[in-house]
Amino acid sequence: MIVGNRKSLEEILELVKPYKKILLLGCRECITVCAAGGEREVGVLASELKIARKKDGEEIEIKEFTLERQCDVEYIEQIKPFIDEYEAVVSMACGAGINYTADCFPKNIVLPAINTTFLGVTLEQGVWSERCQGCGECILHLTGGVCPVARCAKSLFNGPCGGSAKGVCEVDKDTDCAWQLIVDRLKAQGKLENYEKIIEIKDWSTSRDGGPRRRIREDLRITS
Amino acid sequence: MKTKSNIERLLEAGNFVVTSECGPPRGSDPEVIRKKGALLKGVVDAVNVTDNQTSIVRMSSLSACVILKELGIDPIWQVVCRDRNRIAIQSDILGAAALGINNMLCLSGDHQSFGDNPKAKNVYDIDSTQLISVVKKLRDEGKFLGEKEEEVKGRPNLFIGAAENPFGDPFEIRAMRLGKKVKAGCEFIQTQGIYNVEKFAQWMKEVCDRGLDKQCAILAGVIPLKSAGMASYMKKSVPGMDVPDELIARLKGVPKEQQGEEGIKIAVETIQKVKEIPGVRGVHVMAIEWEEKVAEIVKAAGLSPRPE
Repeated sequence: MIVGNRKSLEEILELVKPYKKILLLGCRECITVCAAGGEREVGVLASELKIARKKDGEEIEIKEFTLERQCDVEYIEQIKPFIDEYEAVVSMACGAGINYTADCFPKNIVLPAINTTFLGVTLEQGVWSERCQGCGECILHLTGGVCPVARCAKSLFNGPCGGSAKGVCEVDKDTDCAWQLIVDRLKAQGKLENYEKIIEIKDWSTSRDGGPRRRIREDLRITS
Repeated sequence: MKTKSNIERLLEAGNFVVTSECGPPRGSDPEVIRKKGALLKGVVDAVNVTDNQTSIVRMSSLSACVILKELGIDPIWQVVCRDRNRIAIQSDILGAAALGINNMLCLSGDHQSFGDNPKAKNVYDIDSTQLISVVKKLRDEGKFLGEKEEEVKGRPNLFIGAAENPFGDPFEIRAMRLGKKVKAGCEFIQTQGIYNVEKFAQWMKEVCDRGLDKQCAILAGVIPLKSAGMASYMKKSVPGMDVPDELIARLKGVPKEQQGEEGIKIAVETIQKVKEIPGVRGVHVMAIEWEEKVAEIVKAAGLSPRPE
Protein backbone atom coordinates (compact mmCIF):
# COMPACT_ATOMS: atom_id res chain seq x y z
CA MET A 1 0.00 0.00 0.00
CA ILE A 2 0.91 3.66 -0.21
CA VAL A 3 2.00 4.95 3.18
CA GLY A 4 1.92 8.55 4.31
CA ASN A 5 2.20 10.76 7.37
CA ARG A 6 -0.05 13.63 8.25
CA LYS A 7 1.71 16.98 8.25
CA SER A 8 2.02 18.71 11.61
CA LEU A 9 -0.87 20.81 12.87
CA GLU A 10 1.36 23.91 12.74
CA GLU A 11 2.13 23.34 9.07
CA ILE A 12 -1.51 22.73 8.16
CA LEU A 13 -2.60 25.82 10.14
CA GLU A 14 -0.11 27.84 8.09
CA LEU A 15 -1.49 26.39 4.83
CA VAL A 16 -5.10 27.28 5.71
CA LYS A 17 -4.27 30.64 7.28
CA PRO A 18 -5.90 32.71 4.50
CA TYR A 19 -9.14 30.69 4.52
CA LYS A 20 -12.27 30.73 6.66
CA LYS A 21 -14.19 27.94 4.97
CA ILE A 22 -12.51 24.72 3.89
CA LEU A 23 -13.39 21.26 2.67
CA LEU A 24 -11.35 18.58 4.46
CA LEU A 25 -11.21 15.60 2.14
CA GLY A 26 -10.22 12.10 3.29
CA CYS A 27 -9.72 8.86 1.35
CA ARG A 28 -10.80 5.33 2.28
CA GLU A 29 -7.95 3.53 0.51
CA CYS A 30 -4.33 2.99 1.60
CA ILE A 31 -4.16 6.22 3.56
CA THR A 32 -7.00 4.95 5.79
CA VAL A 33 -5.19 1.64 6.33
CA CYS A 34 -2.00 3.44 7.41
CA ALA A 35 -4.07 5.63 9.74
CA ALA A 36 -3.09 8.96 8.19
CA GLY A 37 -5.99 10.30 6.13
CA GLY A 38 -9.17 8.25 6.58
CA GLU A 39 -12.53 9.33 7.97
CA ARG A 40 -11.29 9.15 11.55
CA GLU A 41 -8.20 11.26 10.84
CA VAL A 42 -10.36 13.78 8.96
CA GLY A 43 -12.47 14.14 12.14
CA VAL A 44 -9.43 14.52 14.37
CA LEU A 45 -7.76 17.13 12.15
CA ALA A 46 -11.02 19.09 11.78
CA SER A 47 -11.36 19.31 15.57
CA GLU A 48 -7.72 20.30 16.03
CA LEU A 49 -7.97 23.02 13.39
CA LYS A 50 -11.21 24.42 14.82
CA ILE A 51 -9.84 24.52 18.38
CA ALA A 52 -6.59 26.16 17.30
CA ARG A 53 -8.29 28.76 15.12
CA LYS A 54 -10.86 29.54 17.82
CA LYS A 55 -8.02 30.15 20.26
CA ASP A 56 -6.56 32.65 17.81
CA GLY A 57 -9.94 34.32 17.39
CA GLU A 58 -10.02 33.27 13.70
CA GLU A 59 -12.80 30.72 13.55
CA ILE A 60 -12.90 28.34 10.61
CA GLU A 61 -15.77 26.44 9.02
CA ILE A 62 -14.86 22.93 7.97
CA LYS A 63 -16.82 20.39 5.96
CA GLU A 64 -15.58 16.87 6.59
CA PHE A 65 -15.92 14.49 3.69
CA THR A 66 -14.24 11.19 2.89
CA LEU A 67 -14.24 9.66 -0.57
CA GLU A 68 -14.00 6.00 -1.45
CA ARG A 69 -10.88 6.93 -3.46
CA GLN A 70 -9.24 10.15 -4.56
CA CYS A 71 -7.55 8.40 -7.47
CA ASP A 72 -10.68 7.77 -9.55
CA VAL A 73 -12.71 10.49 -11.16
CA GLU A 74 -16.11 8.92 -10.46
CA TYR A 75 -15.49 9.31 -6.74
CA ILE A 76 -13.81 12.71 -6.95
CA GLU A 77 -16.83 14.03 -8.86
CA GLN A 78 -18.95 13.55 -5.75
CA ILE A 79 -17.59 16.84 -4.41
CA LYS A 80 -18.53 18.73 -7.60
CA PRO A 81 -21.93 19.95 -6.32
CA PHE A 82 -20.44 21.75 -3.30
CA ILE A 83 -16.68 22.30 -3.83
CA ASP A 84 -17.20 25.93 -4.88
CA GLU A 85 -18.80 26.74 -1.53
CA TYR A 86 -15.34 26.39 0.02
CA GLU A 87 -12.30 28.60 -0.37
CA ALA A 88 -9.94 25.63 -0.37
CA VAL A 89 -9.82 21.84 -0.29
CA VAL A 90 -7.41 20.25 2.17
CA SER A 91 -6.78 16.75 0.89
CA MET A 92 -5.78 13.93 3.21
CA ALA A 93 -5.15 11.47 0.38
CA CYS A 94 -1.75 10.25 -0.78
CA GLY A 95 0.15 12.40 -3.27
CA ALA A 96 -1.62 10.72 -6.18
CA GLY A 97 -5.03 11.54 -4.74
CA ILE A 98 -4.09 15.14 -3.94
CA ASN A 99 -2.80 15.60 -7.51
CA TYR A 100 -5.88 14.07 -9.06
CA THR A 101 -8.31 16.09 -6.99
CA ALA A 102 -6.42 19.20 -8.07
CA ASP A 103 -6.38 18.01 -11.69
CA CYS A 104 -10.17 17.51 -11.65
CA PHE A 105 -10.80 20.99 -10.24
CA PRO A 106 -8.08 23.16 -11.73
CA LYS A 107 -9.68 26.44 -10.59
CA ASN A 108 -9.97 25.39 -6.96
CA ILE A 109 -7.22 25.57 -4.37
CA VAL A 110 -6.20 22.06 -3.26
CA LEU A 111 -3.76 21.83 -0.34
CA PRO A 112 -1.85 18.78 0.94
CA ALA A 113 -2.28 17.60 4.53
CA ILE A 114 -0.28 14.41 3.98
CA ASN A 115 3.39 13.76 3.23
CA THR A 116 3.37 10.62 1.09
CA THR A 117 6.34 8.48 2.02
CA PHE A 118 6.55 5.02 0.46
CA LEU A 119 5.08 1.82 -0.94
CA GLY A 120 5.18 -0.52 1.97
CA VAL A 121 3.73 -3.11 4.29
CA THR A 122 2.36 -3.24 7.83
CA LEU A 123 4.98 -4.91 10.01
CA GLU A 124 2.79 -4.72 13.10
CA GLN A 125 0.01 -2.50 14.42
CA GLY A 126 1.35 1.03 14.00
CA VAL A 127 4.57 0.08 12.17
CA TRP A 128 4.96 0.33 8.39
CA SER A 129 8.03 -0.36 6.31
CA GLU A 130 9.10 0.37 2.75
CA ARG A 131 9.35 -2.51 0.29
CA CYS A 132 9.11 -1.11 -3.25
CA GLN A 133 10.12 2.01 -5.15
CA GLY A 134 8.07 1.31 -8.25
CA CYS A 135 11.16 1.33 -10.47
CA GLY A 136 9.32 -0.46 -13.25
CA GLU A 137 11.75 -3.35 -13.72
CA CYS A 138 11.45 -5.94 -10.98
CA ILE A 139 14.47 -8.11 -10.14
CA LEU A 140 13.12 -9.78 -6.99
CA HIS A 141 13.60 -13.19 -8.63
CA LEU A 142 17.37 -12.57 -8.55
CA THR A 143 17.58 -11.31 -5.00
CA GLY A 144 15.55 -13.80 -3.00
CA GLY A 145 12.54 -11.50 -2.85
CA VAL A 146 14.39 -8.65 -1.12
CA CYS A 147 14.57 -5.45 -3.16
CA PRO A 148 18.01 -3.76 -3.21
CA VAL A 149 16.56 -0.66 -4.88
CA ALA A 150 14.08 0.04 -2.10
CA ARG A 151 15.83 -1.54 0.86
CA CYS A 152 19.52 -0.67 0.42
CA ALA A 153 20.30 2.96 1.32
CA LYS A 154 22.55 3.15 -1.75
CA SER A 155 20.39 0.94 -4.01
CA LEU A 156 23.44 -1.24 -4.71
CA PHE A 157 22.93 -4.09 -7.16
CA ASN A 158 25.97 -6.26 -6.61
CA GLY A 159 26.33 -6.72 -2.91
CA PRO A 160 26.68 -4.95 0.40
CA CYS A 161 28.87 -1.89 0.81
CA GLY A 162 31.73 -1.94 3.29
CA GLY A 163 29.49 -0.56 6.01
CA SER A 164 27.30 -3.62 6.55
CA ALA A 165 27.94 -4.83 10.08
CA LYS A 166 26.15 -7.58 12.00
CA GLY A 167 23.20 -7.43 9.63
CA VAL A 168 22.65 -3.72 10.15
CA CYS A 169 22.83 -0.88 7.62
CA GLU A 170 25.50 1.73 8.36
CA VAL A 171 22.98 4.49 7.84
CA ASP A 172 20.60 3.50 10.63
CA LYS A 173 20.98 0.96 13.41
CA ASP A 174 17.29 0.06 13.16
CA THR A 175 17.51 -0.83 9.47
CA ASP A 176 18.47 -4.28 8.25
CA CYS A 177 21.22 -4.42 5.64
CA ALA A 178 19.28 -5.41 2.51
CA TRP A 179 22.25 -7.39 1.19
CA GLN A 180 22.57 -9.35 4.43
CA LEU A 181 18.89 -10.25 4.01
CA ILE A 182 19.45 -11.19 0.35
CA VAL A 183 22.46 -13.39 1.16
CA ASP A 184 20.62 -15.08 4.06
CA ARG A 185 17.61 -15.71 1.84
CA LEU A 186 19.65 -17.07 -1.08
CA LYS A 187 21.54 -19.32 1.32
CA ALA A 188 18.33 -20.66 2.83
CA GLN A 189 17.07 -21.39 -0.68
CA GLY A 190 20.35 -23.07 -1.67
CA LYS A 191 20.85 -20.42 -4.35
CA LEU A 192 23.88 -18.49 -3.14
CA GLU A 193 25.47 -18.98 -6.56
CA ASN A 194 22.92 -16.40 -7.80
CA TYR A 195 24.96 -13.85 -5.90
CA GLU A 196 27.98 -14.43 -8.11
CA LYS A 197 26.16 -13.22 -11.22
CA ILE A 198 26.81 -9.56 -11.93
CA ILE A 199 23.61 -7.58 -12.12
CA GLU A 200 24.06 -5.32 -15.13
CA ILE A 201 23.57 -1.57 -15.19
CA LYS A 202 19.93 -0.78 -14.67
CA ASP A 203 17.54 0.85 -17.11
CA TRP A 204 16.14 3.68 -15.00
CA SER A 205 13.92 4.94 -17.81
CA THR A 206 11.17 2.68 -16.47
CA SER A 207 11.48 4.46 -13.13
CA ARG A 208 10.61 8.03 -12.24
CA ASP A 209 13.63 9.13 -14.22
CA GLY A 210 11.73 8.53 -17.46
CA GLY A 211 9.10 11.13 -16.48
CA PRO A 212 5.52 10.50 -15.29
CA ARG A 213 4.57 6.96 -16.23
CA ARG A 214 1.37 5.70 -17.81
CA ARG A 215 -0.04 2.25 -18.19
CA ILE A 216 -2.51 1.60 -20.97
CA ARG A 217 -4.58 -1.55 -21.36
CA GLU A 218 -6.28 -1.18 -24.71
CA ASP A 219 -8.49 -4.21 -24.02
CA LEU A 220 -10.01 -2.45 -21.03
CA ARG A 221 -10.55 0.94 -22.61
CA ILE A 222 -14.04 2.04 -23.48
CA THR A 223 -13.89 3.71 -26.86
CA SER A 224 -16.92 5.50 -28.20
CA MET B 1 50.91 -3.10 -20.01
CA LYS B 2 47.61 -1.47 -20.71
CA THR B 3 48.34 1.91 -19.16
CA LYS B 4 51.10 4.29 -18.12
CA SER B 5 50.36 3.62 -14.45
CA ASN B 6 53.41 3.43 -12.22
CA ILE B 7 51.85 0.76 -10.04
CA GLU B 8 50.81 -1.35 -13.02
CA ARG B 9 54.42 -1.19 -14.25
CA LEU B 10 55.87 -2.09 -10.84
CA LEU B 11 53.39 -4.90 -10.27
CA GLU B 12 54.14 -6.38 -13.66
CA ALA B 13 57.84 -6.31 -12.81
CA GLY B 14 57.04 -8.30 -9.68
CA ASN B 15 57.55 -5.54 -7.11
CA PHE B 16 55.73 -5.28 -3.81
CA VAL B 17 54.01 -1.89 -4.23
CA VAL B 18 53.28 0.82 -1.70
CA THR B 19 50.52 3.36 -2.07
CA SER B 20 49.24 6.06 0.22
CA GLU B 21 46.45 8.55 0.39
CA CYS B 22 45.87 12.26 0.39
CA GLY B 23 42.59 13.91 1.37
CA PRO B 24 41.82 17.17 -0.47
CA PRO B 25 41.17 20.30 1.62
CA ARG B 26 37.91 22.00 2.54
CA GLY B 27 38.84 24.95 0.38
CA SER B 28 40.45 25.93 -2.87
CA ASP B 29 44.07 26.39 -1.75
CA PRO B 30 46.30 24.16 -3.91
CA GLU B 31 49.19 24.58 -1.46
CA VAL B 32 47.53 22.13 0.95
CA ILE B 33 47.76 19.40 -1.68
CA ARG B 34 51.29 20.40 -2.66
CA LYS B 35 52.45 20.18 0.98
CA LYS B 36 50.90 16.73 1.41
CA GLY B 37 52.29 15.66 -1.96
CA ALA B 38 55.80 16.75 -0.98
CA LEU B 39 55.60 14.45 2.06
CA LEU B 40 54.72 11.48 -0.13
CA LYS B 41 56.81 12.04 -3.24
CA GLY B 42 59.36 9.27 -3.70
CA VAL B 43 58.08 7.64 -0.51
CA VAL B 44 55.31 5.61 -2.16
CA ASP B 45 54.56 4.44 -5.71
CA ALA B 46 51.19 6.12 -6.13
CA VAL B 47 48.89 8.32 -4.07
CA ASN B 48 45.11 8.00 -3.80
CA VAL B 49 43.05 11.14 -3.75
CA THR B 50 39.77 10.69 -1.94
CA ASP B 51 36.45 11.79 -3.45
CA ASN B 52 34.50 13.82 -0.88
CA GLN B 53 35.23 11.20 1.76
CA THR B 54 32.64 10.69 4.50
CA SER B 55 30.39 12.78 2.25
CA ILE B 56 31.98 16.03 3.38
CA VAL B 57 32.42 18.55 0.58
CA ARG B 58 36.08 19.00 -0.38
CA MET B 59 38.15 20.08 -3.37
CA SER B 60 37.38 17.73 -6.26
CA SER B 61 39.39 14.55 -6.40
CA LEU B 62 40.31 15.06 -10.04
CA SER B 63 41.61 18.60 -9.45
CA ALA B 64 43.75 17.46 -6.54
CA CYS B 65 45.04 14.56 -8.69
CA VAL B 66 46.21 17.03 -11.33
CA ILE B 67 48.04 19.09 -8.67
CA LEU B 68 49.83 15.92 -7.46
CA LYS B 69 50.61 14.96 -11.05
CA GLU B 70 52.34 18.33 -11.53
CA LEU B 71 54.64 17.36 -8.64
CA GLY B 72 55.61 14.16 -10.42
CA ILE B 73 53.42 11.85 -8.34
CA ASP B 74 51.28 9.14 -9.99
CA PRO B 75 47.83 9.79 -8.49
CA ILE B 76 45.04 7.25 -8.04
CA TRP B 77 41.81 9.06 -8.79
CA GLN B 78 39.01 7.91 -6.46
CA VAL B 79 35.49 8.11 -7.87
CA VAL B 80 32.28 7.43 -5.95
CA CYS B 81 28.90 6.53 -7.43
CA ARG B 82 27.06 8.66 -4.88
CA ASP B 83 27.30 11.96 -6.71
CA ARG B 84 27.39 11.25 -10.44
CA ASN B 85 25.28 9.41 -12.95
CA ARG B 86 26.64 7.41 -15.88
CA ILE B 87 26.74 10.49 -18.10
CA ALA B 88 28.90 12.51 -15.69
CA ILE B 89 31.09 9.53 -14.85
CA GLN B 90 31.89 8.66 -18.48
CA SER B 91 32.63 12.31 -19.14
CA ASP B 92 34.92 12.58 -16.10
CA ILE B 93 36.76 9.39 -17.09
CA LEU B 94 37.59 10.89 -20.48
CA GLY B 95 38.60 14.15 -18.81
CA ALA B 96 40.81 12.41 -16.26
CA ALA B 97 42.60 10.46 -18.98
CA ALA B 98 43.07 13.66 -20.99
CA LEU B 99 44.72 15.25 -17.94
CA GLY B 100 47.19 12.40 -17.70
CA ILE B 101 45.61 10.44 -14.85
CA ASN B 102 46.61 6.76 -15.04
CA ASN B 103 44.76 5.09 -12.17
CA MET B 104 41.15 5.06 -11.08
CA LEU B 105 39.57 3.59 -7.96
CA CYS B 106 35.88 2.71 -8.34
CA LEU B 107 33.84 3.10 -5.14
CA SER B 108 30.21 3.23 -4.02
CA GLY B 109 30.97 6.10 -1.66
CA ASP B 110 29.94 6.84 1.90
CA HIS B 111 26.27 7.57 2.36
CA GLN B 112 25.45 11.29 2.36
CA SER B 113 23.87 11.06 5.81
CA PHE B 114 27.39 10.96 7.33
CA GLY B 115 28.48 14.24 5.77
CA ASP B 116 27.83 17.95 5.90
CA ASN B 117 24.88 17.74 3.49
CA PRO B 118 22.72 14.95 4.88
CA LYS B 119 19.69 16.38 3.05
CA ALA B 120 21.31 15.81 -0.36
CA LYS B 121 19.78 13.46 -2.94
CA ASN B 122 22.13 10.58 -3.76
CA VAL B 123 22.57 9.32 -7.30
CA TYR B 124 23.65 5.64 -7.33
CA ASP B 125 22.67 5.32 -10.98
CA ILE B 126 25.31 2.58 -11.08
CA ASP B 127 27.19 0.75 -8.31
CA SER B 128 30.95 0.24 -7.86
CA THR B 129 31.01 -3.12 -9.68
CA GLN B 130 29.11 -1.63 -12.60
CA LEU B 131 31.44 1.40 -12.56
CA ILE B 132 34.39 -0.96 -13.08
CA SER B 133 32.62 -2.36 -16.14
CA VAL B 134 32.04 1.16 -17.48
CA VAL B 135 35.77 2.07 -17.38
CA LYS B 136 36.69 -1.28 -18.87
CA LYS B 137 34.22 -0.85 -21.70
CA LEU B 138 35.54 2.63 -22.51
CA ARG B 139 39.15 1.50 -22.29
CA ASP B 140 39.21 -2.03 -23.76
CA GLU B 141 36.23 -2.03 -26.11
CA GLY B 142 36.43 1.67 -26.91
CA LYS B 143 32.67 1.91 -26.55
CA PHE B 144 30.33 4.22 -24.68
CA LEU B 145 27.37 2.92 -22.71
CA GLY B 146 24.04 3.14 -24.48
CA GLU B 147 22.04 1.24 -27.04
CA LYS B 148 24.24 2.37 -29.90
CA GLU B 149 27.55 1.56 -28.16
CA GLU B 150 29.21 4.38 -30.05
CA GLU B 151 32.95 4.43 -30.53
CA VAL B 152 35.20 6.32 -28.13
CA LYS B 153 37.65 8.43 -30.09
CA GLY B 154 40.70 8.29 -27.84
CA ARG B 155 40.36 5.54 -25.27
CA PRO B 156 40.99 6.39 -21.61
CA ASN B 157 43.94 4.28 -20.49
CA LEU B 158 43.28 3.95 -16.80
CA PHE B 159 44.53 1.17 -14.53
CA ILE B 160 41.31 -0.03 -12.90
CA GLY B 161 41.05 -0.45 -9.15
CA ALA B 162 38.42 -0.89 -6.47
CA ALA B 163 38.15 -1.32 -2.72
CA GLU B 164 37.05 -4.29 -0.69
CA ASN B 165 36.33 -4.64 2.99
CA PRO B 166 37.38 -8.11 4.19
CA PHE B 167 35.75 -7.31 7.54
CA GLY B 168 32.32 -6.26 6.31
CA ASP B 169 29.35 -8.54 6.76
CA PRO B 170 28.22 -10.97 5.53
CA PHE B 171 31.80 -12.31 5.70
CA GLU B 172 31.02 -15.43 3.68
CA ILE B 173 30.39 -13.49 0.47
CA ARG B 174 33.27 -11.01 0.77
CA ALA B 175 35.63 -13.06 -1.43
CA MET B 176 32.77 -13.75 -3.86
CA ARG B 177 32.09 -10.04 -3.96
CA LEU B 178 35.70 -9.42 -4.94
CA GLY B 179 35.23 -12.10 -7.61
CA LYS B 180 32.41 -10.04 -9.13
CA LYS B 181 34.63 -6.97 -9.24
CA VAL B 182 37.43 -8.95 -10.88
CA LYS B 183 34.98 -10.35 -13.42
CA ALA B 184 33.84 -6.80 -14.15
CA GLY B 185 37.45 -5.81 -14.92
CA CYS B 186 39.11 -4.77 -11.69
CA GLU B 187 42.92 -5.02 -11.82
CA PHE B 188 43.92 -3.92 -8.33
CA ILE B 189 42.24 -3.83 -4.95
CA GLN B 190 42.98 -1.72 -1.91
CA THR B 191 41.43 -3.17 1.20
CA GLN B 192 39.88 -1.52 4.21
CA GLY B 193 42.33 -0.86 7.05
CA ILE B 194 43.51 -4.12 8.61
CA TYR B 195 43.82 -4.55 12.37
CA ASN B 196 42.59 -8.13 12.59
CA VAL B 197 45.37 -9.79 10.58
CA GLU B 198 44.04 -13.29 11.26
CA LYS B 199 40.67 -12.52 9.73
CA PHE B 200 42.36 -10.82 6.79
CA ALA B 201 44.48 -13.93 6.22
CA GLN B 202 41.31 -16.04 6.26
CA TRP B 203 39.79 -13.79 3.58
CA MET B 204 43.02 -13.88 1.54
CA LYS B 205 42.99 -17.66 1.63
CA GLU B 206 39.53 -17.70 0.12
CA VAL B 207 40.62 -15.09 -2.43
CA CYS B 208 43.59 -17.28 -3.43
CA ASP B 209 41.47 -20.45 -3.46
CA ARG B 210 39.30 -18.74 -6.04
CA GLY B 211 42.38 -17.74 -8.02
CA LEU B 212 41.48 -14.06 -7.72
CA ASP B 213 45.00 -13.06 -6.59
CA LYS B 214 46.25 -14.10 -10.03
CA GLN B 215 43.80 -11.84 -11.85
CA CYS B 216 43.97 -8.83 -9.59
CA ALA B 217 46.68 -7.31 -7.36
CA ILE B 218 45.62 -7.16 -3.72
CA LEU B 219 47.06 -4.25 -1.74
CA ALA B 220 46.50 -4.60 1.98
CA GLY B 221 45.15 -1.46 3.69
CA VAL B 222 46.87 -0.15 6.82
CA ILE B 223 45.65 2.81 8.85
CA PRO B 224 48.11 3.90 11.58
CA LEU B 225 46.37 4.64 14.86
CA LYS B 226 47.19 7.96 16.53
CA SER B 227 45.82 7.04 19.95
CA ALA B 228 43.80 4.55 21.98
CA GLY B 229 40.88 6.98 21.58
CA MET B 230 41.08 6.73 17.79
CA ALA B 231 41.17 2.93 18.02
CA SER B 232 38.08 2.83 20.25
CA TYR B 233 36.29 5.30 18.01
CA MET B 234 37.01 3.17 14.95
CA LYS B 235 35.80 0.05 16.67
CA LYS B 236 32.59 1.65 17.91
CA SER B 237 31.68 4.19 15.29
CA VAL B 238 33.08 3.19 11.92
CA PRO B 239 30.81 0.50 10.44
CA GLY B 240 32.67 -2.47 9.02
CA MET B 241 35.89 -1.84 11.00
CA ASP B 242 37.35 -4.71 12.98
CA VAL B 243 39.65 -3.45 15.76
CA PRO B 244 40.57 -6.24 18.22
CA ASP B 245 40.36 -5.34 21.91
CA GLU B 246 43.95 -6.41 22.57
CA LEU B 247 45.12 -3.72 20.18
CA ILE B 248 43.19 -1.04 22.05
CA ALA B 249 44.59 -2.42 25.33
CA ARG B 250 48.12 -2.25 23.90
CA LEU B 251 47.69 1.43 23.05
CA LYS B 252 46.11 2.16 26.42
CA GLY B 253 49.08 0.47 28.04
CA VAL B 254 51.46 3.27 27.05
CA PRO B 255 51.35 6.93 28.17
CA LYS B 256 49.17 9.14 26.02
CA GLU B 257 52.05 11.07 24.47
CA GLN B 258 53.62 7.80 23.30
CA GLN B 259 50.44 6.27 21.86
CA GLY B 260 51.11 7.73 18.40
CA GLU B 261 54.52 6.10 18.37
CA GLU B 262 52.98 2.80 19.47
CA GLY B 263 50.35 3.18 16.72
CA ILE B 264 53.12 3.51 14.17
CA LYS B 265 54.82 0.41 15.57
CA ILE B 266 51.55 -1.48 15.18
CA ALA B 267 51.22 -0.26 11.59
CA VAL B 268 54.77 -1.37 10.78
CA GLU B 269 54.20 -4.80 12.35
CA THR B 270 50.92 -5.13 10.42
CA ILE B 271 52.70 -4.36 7.14
CA GLN B 272 55.36 -6.95 7.91
CA LYS B 273 52.72 -9.55 8.74
CA VAL B 274 50.48 -8.96 5.73
CA LYS B 275 53.50 -8.92 3.42
CA GLU B 276 54.03 -12.59 4.27
CA ILE B 277 50.44 -13.59 3.47
CA PRO B 278 50.26 -15.38 0.10
CA GLY B 279 48.63 -13.29 -2.60
CA VAL B 280 49.34 -9.87 -1.07
CA ARG B 281 51.10 -7.72 -3.70
CA GLY B 282 51.45 -4.46 -1.84
CA VAL B 283 50.25 -2.20 0.95
CA HIS B 284 48.09 0.87 1.01
CA VAL B 285 49.04 3.13 3.92
CA MET B 286 46.23 5.49 4.85
CA ALA B 287 47.67 7.97 7.31
CA ILE B 288 44.60 10.14 7.80
CA GLU B 289 45.76 13.75 8.20
CA TRP B 290 49.11 12.24 9.26
CA GLU B 291 50.87 12.17 5.89
CA GLU B 292 54.17 13.23 7.52
CA LYS B 293 54.42 9.79 9.15
CA VAL B 294 54.16 7.73 5.95
CA ALA B 295 57.88 7.94 5.12
CA GLU B 296 58.79 6.75 8.62
CA ILE B 297 56.33 3.84 8.44
CA VAL B 298 57.44 2.73 4.97
CA LYS B 299 61.10 2.92 5.99
CA ALA B 300 60.59 1.04 9.26
CA ALA B 301 58.70 -1.66 7.36
CA GLY B 302 61.78 -2.15 5.17
CA LEU B 303 60.07 -0.90 2.04
CA SER B 304 62.38 2.04 1.33
CA PRO B 305 63.72 3.12 -1.05
CA ARG B 306 61.02 2.57 -3.64
CA PRO B 307 62.05 1.01 -6.95
CA GLU B 308 62.61 3.40 -9.87
